[in-house]
Amino acid sequence: MISLANPTRFLGLVDRVVPWLTAVTLILLGLGLYLSLFVAPPDYQQGETVKIMFIHVPSAWLAMFGYMLIAVAALGTLIWRHPLADVAAKTAAPIGATFTFVALVTGSLWGKPMWGTYWVWDARLTSVLILFLLYLGLIALWQSIEEPGRAGRAAAILALVGAVNVPIIHYSVVWWNTLHQPASVFRMGGPSIDPALLTPLFVMAIAFTLLFVLLHLIAMRAEILRRRVLALQQTQVERAALVEA
Amino acid sequence: MLDLGPHASFIIAAYAVTLVAVAALAFFIVEDDRKQRRILAELERKGIRRRSAAPKPTPGKPKSKRKTGA
Repeated sequence: MISLANPTRFLGLVDRVVPWLTAVTLILLGLGLYLSLFVAPPDYQQGETVKIMFIHVPSAWLAMFGYMLIAVAALGTLIWRHPLADVAAKTAAPIGATFTFVALVTGSLWGKPMWGTYWVWDARLTSVLILFLLYLGLIALWQSIEEPGRAGRAAAILALVGAVNVPIIHYSVVWWNTLHQPASVFRMGGPSIDPALLTPLFVMAIAFTLLFVLLHLIAMRAEILRRRVLALQQTQVERAALVEA
Repeated sequence: MLDLGPHASFIIAAYAVTLVAVAALAFFIVEDDRKQRRILAELERKGIRRRSAAPKPTPGKPKSKRKTGA
């Protein structure tokens, strides 16, 4: 594990893992979509709209997973100054933001036929919207500071402050009275969802998670290469200036 | 044919938004990766390399001695 702290070794690992991970992800996504659209039965209350759950719930899980990953990487940046920590955090932000956006939109499209409204300002929906805004804030911060080290430290502080929102999202359905249903998969006493619906949900959740990991690895590789390109271009400019002098 | 019931438009819209958002994300990430590889390869072709990636001295060839004084 320690050897992976070396960006060159990490790039070698990514090059080896990406083709296999792409194949497994695509197979699982295909299987998950088949189970979700053609095998899963309609819910006795929600009918066929339960099919939205198979994309909404994994996206919502990954929205929180992505932010926790950024928060852990932020600790790596601030405490251990790990060379890959800032790269991991920076590249996870757009992926997490996309899954948060998907969770918000699919939730809204599920809410209209079930609750009669696209949006309510209740604790769960509002805290997820705040998560989306935090992601956008982090992306903006990384974009606005040119020097990667400074940008990484500033973003790490914001990420750690915003991490308090993740448990609020998770427990919002317990602490406050919301339209959103309480946890029905990870709960005391086991899942309350029928196995016929739970199986496609788990397959889709694993497929989405692998997709997140795959995209994150490729984005990290691109970011490491971008920093090398910047360093080389800087060297080129310095050499040119020396020659002129 | 897939029968999605009376709320089919909501289900189709949810899957379509997910597909477009995830596909766009994947496209931008993969394109960015390709672009950085291309630029790096171009710089290396011009002979601009990182010190650690520079060609190592051939075995048997004497290493250049570091200057110790002015």
